[in-house]
Amino acid sequence: MARLALIGGVYSNYLALEQALLDARRRSVDAIYCLGDLGAFGPHPDRVFPLLWDYQVLCIQGNYDDSIARGLDNCQCGYTDPRDNYFAQISYDYTLSRTSPQFRQWMGRLPKQLRLECEGWRVLLCHGSPRRVNEFLWESTTSTAFLEWLAETYSTDLIAVTHTGIKWKRRLKGDRWFVNVGVVGRPENDGQPHVWYTLLDLEPKRADIRFIPITYDFRRLAAEMQQEKLPEEFVETIVTGWWTTCLEILPQKERRRGKW
Amino acid sequence: MNDSPSPAPLLELDHLDHLWIQVAGTLCNYQCYHCFISCHPKNHNLEMLSFDDVTSVIQQALELGVKEIYFTGGEPFLHRRMVDILEYTLQYAPATVLTNASVLREEWLERLAEAERRSVYSLEFRVSLDGFTEQENDAIRGPGTFQRTMDGIEKLVRWGFLPIISAVRTWPVEKDPQVISGFLGLLRERGYRRPRLKLLPTLRLGAERDRSGDYRPDERITSGMLADYPLDQLVCRSARAVTSRGVCVCPILVEMAEAYLGKTLHEALGPARLGHGACWTCYQFGAICSNAGRSEGQVSNRFPETRGWHDWR
Ligand SMILES: [Fe+2]
Repeated sequence: MARLALIGGVYSNYLALEQALLDARRRSVDAIYCLGDLGAFGPHPDRVFPLLWDYQVLCIQGNYDDSIARGLDNCQCGYTDPRDNYFAQISYDYTLSRTSPQFRQWMGRLPKQLRLECEGWRVLLCHGSPRRVNEFLWESTTSTAFLEWLAETYSTDLIAVTHTGIKWKRRLKGDRWFVNVGVVGRPENDGQPHVWYTLLDLEPKRADIRFIPITYDFRRLAAEMQQEKLPEEFVETIVTGWWTTCLEILPQKERRRGKW
Repeated sequence: MNDSPSPAPLLELDHLDHLWIQVAGTLCNYQCYHCFISCHPKNHNLEMLSFDDVTSVIQQALELGVKEIYFTGGEPFLHRRMVDILEYTLQYAPATVLTNASVLREEWLERLAEAERRSVYSLEFRVSLDGFTEQENDAIRGPGTFQRTMDGIEKLVRWGFLPIISAVRTWPVEKDPQVISGFLGLLRERGYRRPRLKLLPTLRLGAERDRSGDYRPDERITSGMLADYPLDQLVCRSARAVTSRGVCVCPILVEMAEAYLGKTLHEALGPARLGHGACWTCYQFGAICSNAGRSEGQVSNRFPETRGWHDWR
């Protein structure tokens, strides 16, 4: 059996990342992967980097990392609402100005996708979707037919993505799987302050996908965000577990589960 | 110098993400002056599709890996089997229905709320409203339509739906902040606590062309304009629309014979010609048909001024 830890967007939440990494180590994982979006939202982007090194995390490049590495003027998150973009820009400008040149250079060299052959499984790790780095794949607006088309087109048995901020998984025909691994960067709009990563146990012809909740010192993160003068809206999300921004990209079902 | 205009560029379909089904043809109980299809109560230019037509094209689209299904008209809820069609669709794919919300019955909404609860997929309602006062809306959509549509929105909200209210921008773009807060205020006042809003550009087609005139010949997409342009902003890059006449490149050009690519979906997977003035509007504004977010004006503008919008609760 192979056991992999799949970690989604970190969004500079180095405190949650550390707890997720400790948890994965306790569970004796064989490898740890991060699917990109290392910065954004949280404070002190450079504090993420040493953790990734210490735990030998294999990273792929998210839209955020591409923007930061190249010094683009926006995060390429793919929001369409002006208010969502307004807040995204605040965290982007903050993150870009506080990410060290070394970290940026390293981000620029990350692969866009990773393919693994593991216990007979062809696994494809990507950020948004196999075809687009910033595609939002939500549970309630992604048909199974589409996911099966992706699996077929990209010759893979298991696709893992992040980018939306909310975890979900679906079994596809022919014993294939799709999983959105969630994020450790911020809570997933369920009124709980904890965050999630994904544990993947692979055996020949058997995949077990489990979502692992991670509690961490969110009050300390909130305090640091306030010290850094990041928007109160972001701090509120960290503390309450309810999203206060990025709301307009949510489909109806995902939006309804939240508070705002 | 060659004076003859260069042929309009062709755009390949990337993948069929969105299947549009013009389930109600051009039949509508409203007759809006800005309608881009000139729909009205007696317009049989495009006919309703039968339940069997609809389910069979959905199955074909699923084989192609379609991601979401959109229903439009005319007014979809004039179709006698619209609720059956949506219940059917939600077994297989996310569904969106574009409606004026004026004919919704409680028993339909009860069934649809239940169908969505059972499904993993969202059933999105996109409700057209073109002003946040009776006076403004009714001047465009006809007398009495404001009240009827607002009643429909309230019903949807009571059944737990979060309809996306879509408004055609019939005001200058600088007025967006005031108009948007007007809409949000109205909707909250009517019990819609977290209103969703989508702004659409006008399209000089159908009734709107009669009102404001046709596109000028130079308001067209040229090949040069496509360099460095995010092609997935164009609807025909990832969508096709099925009507009683066949399969059209997009849900906008359904009354243009030259926009049809074939009788069946499989015949219509070839490239679309970006030859119409409406293509130019689509190019300018981007993603005008799908649900995501508010259309925010020119694609090249990253985002407009948002000060004063922070009273979002
Ligand atoms: Fe992302």
